[in-house]
Amino acid sequence: MTQHLRKKRREAFVLGNEAVVEGALAAGCSFYAGYPITPSTEIMETMARRLPLAPDGVFIQMEDEIASMGAIIGASLAGRKAMTATSGPGFSLMQEQIGYAAMTETPLVIVDVMRGGASTGLPTSPGQGDVQQARWGAHGDHPIIVLSATDVPQCVEMTVAAFNFAEKYRTPVVLLLDEITAHTREKITLPEPGDFEIFSRLVPTMPPEWYKPYEETLRGVPPMPPVGSGYRFHVTGLTHDLLGFPTSRPEEVRALVERQFRKIDRFFQDVQLVEHVDTEDAEVLVVAYGCVARSARLAVKQARDVGVRAGLLVLNTLFPFPRAHVEKLMRTCRLVVVPELNVGQISREVKRVNEGYTAVRTINRIDGQIITPSQIFKEIA
Amino acid sequence: MAEVTQLIHQYLRHNKKFPLVFCPGCGHGIVLGSLVRSVHALGLSKDEVVIVAGIGCSGRIAAYVDFNTVHTTHGRALTVATGIKMANPALTVIAVMGDGDAFSIGGNHFIHAARRNIGVTALVLNNFIYGMTGGQCSSTTPEGAYTHTSPMGQPEASFDVVELARAAGASGVARGTVYHVKALDGLITAALAQPGFNLVEALTPCFTQYGRGNGFKNPVAMFQWLKERAVPLEAYEKLEQKDGRIPIGVFVKRDVPGLETRYAAMCREFREKKGGAA
Ligand SMILES: Cc1ncc(C[n+]2csc(CCOP(=O)(O)OP(=O)(O)O)c2C)c(N)n1
Ligand code: SF4
Repeated sequence: MTQHLRKKRREAFVLGNEAVVEGALAAGCSFYAGYPITPSTEIMETMARRLPLAPDGVFIQMEDEIASMGAIIGASLAGRKAMTATSGPGFSLMQEQIGYAAMTETPLVIVDVMRGGASTGLPTSPGQGDVQQARWGAHGDHPIIVLSATDVPQCVEMTVAAFNFAEKYRTPVVLLLDEITAHTREKITLPEPGDFEIFSRLVPTMPPEWYKPYEETLRGVPPMPPVGSGYRFHVTGLTHDLLGFPTSRPEEVRALVERQFRKIDRFFQDVQLVEHVDTEDAEVLVVAYGCVARSARLAVKQARDVGVRAGLLVLNTLFPFPRAHVEKLMRTCRLVVVPELNVGQISREVKRVNEGYTAVRTINRIDGQIITPSQIFKEIA
Repeated sequence: MAEVTQLIHQYLRHNKKFPLVFCPGCGHGIVLGSLVRSVHALGLSKDEVVIVAGIGCSGRIAAYVDFNTVHTTHGRALTVATGIKMANPALTVIAVMGDGDAFSIGGNHFIHAARRNIGVTALVLNNFIYGMTGGQCSSTTPEGAYTHTSPMGQPEASFDVVELARAAGASGVARGTVYHVKALDGLITAALAQPGFNLVEALTPCFTQYGRGNGFKNPVAMFQWLKERAVPLEAYEKLEQKDGRIPIGVFVKRDVPGLETRYAAMCREFREKKGGAA
């Protein structure tokens, strides 16, 4: 029976960028605002064709990335699931508004397809240099969730996860892809209703005069009504009290920021998406994400073939950093290798949780070229 | 007077005691009054109205009134307003901005909001200066005026905001002053009622940061200045010597549908065509 059903499912040969759109639509995204930039542009172009076909779907090309962020913030406040996509330079322009979304607890998804180099850099070459920008690009202390995908099917899954986390925790979520993943064409099974558990933000059910938009709740995530639905409240990027009005009273400020961190920390397990490959008995561990994880997968297999007990931890969640998974493996492995397409933005996190316990070796490439399986194999076997 | 105060009270937020951030003599409160009366005159419910404000003294207006209010980042109010309007065209969306907000840091958003004719009313409180940051020049500071960042007198030319909005394609363009309050009420009411992108520029004195440094004795002198300088458009056009007079009134009035309406119609058509083809 299931066999029969499976056969009838629609498959498609798509780019990573196109798969992002499939995931977004499956998650209920009905609003896209953006500005074109390589290598993310196919996300925008596909959205421009697909969204007008959806009832209430809105696509708008804004004048820049700052405007795009503003538009999706507005749309999200109006109750939509909204997203934008960009690449390094555009991502930098978005940072002030990403902080605003974190402070106002506005759910959004931002896809950053990383390219090589600082500044205009290497527009069509892969890189992973935006990892720490995704975490700390916006000024001030704020929580954020950062995900990544290793292949095209995962572009669908991680986009769905990004929307779910954004809605569940009322927070901006960044999905980091790299040029390779975004521009690789692979077969995916097109998502159908019911494939994924879809989460939408809680809306208040109490009478409007009882509603406190920034109140502590059991989950730490207050419900959020769409603008215009009868719950009138004030949204501001200033630190605010439970009603949303500006405050600089130390106890109110602290309570706000602590709750914002707590709402994500408390559900740490839920947001930690990792994949363990042969880690049970591993002596040598590779920690990787994005396109590098694909090279690492092959390298680990080759190492096993020659008798090295190698394992791979694929990080789909980059932040909050999946400390528990990494830390545990570091206690049992003699060597941890972190290959990445930057000068060491995740190895820094690995070393931080390691606290000198295990040897950590890094493989870094910043020349716009990929890290090959043999390059990793050389370090682990 | 009592009636006017009572009306405004209906729209203020009573669940919170606010410190009033406006200086004595500031014109921003008068614009807020005009805005409230316009919403009331049109019979809009509080739930239908969204005020999106930028950062600056002007931006603080949002916190006081009991509408849906969003205090955004400096210069970006129109981008958020665009998102809200496209997401829910039924709402009446008003972007309240300072001159720095709207035309300096937000200049690009302003011309594009006007070009795409999004159904948002931009209410700009033009006091010719950056009030909140303590009196630096803005892109509307008159040539020669003294500010903390133009200590020799502003060497740059300033925007004619009305011409800017007209050229960019706004549906409605109007200018008023806080001295001519009745007229300002009318301009805002008309802007809110007209589809498409509408700019209302409200000239409003900032004695604290602008007047003091530019030869005004007190806030009253600034109101006096507005009274003398501002001339209704028709009378202005007949003046032989314009000498520094400022025309006020309605400059552009084009009854064309806003982007949200045109977009929805195109989507409907697109869906029908695609549906027919399938
Ligand atoms: C990105 C950014 N740059 C600068 C500032 C600092 N800032 C706050 S208000 C303001 C200018 C306010 O002037 P205006 O918009 O004319 O409003 P007013 O205070 O005069 O009403 C500036 C520059 C900021 N908040 N954000
Ligand atoms: S600084 Fe100027 S604009 Fe700001 S409140 Fe005072 S008078 Fe008004």
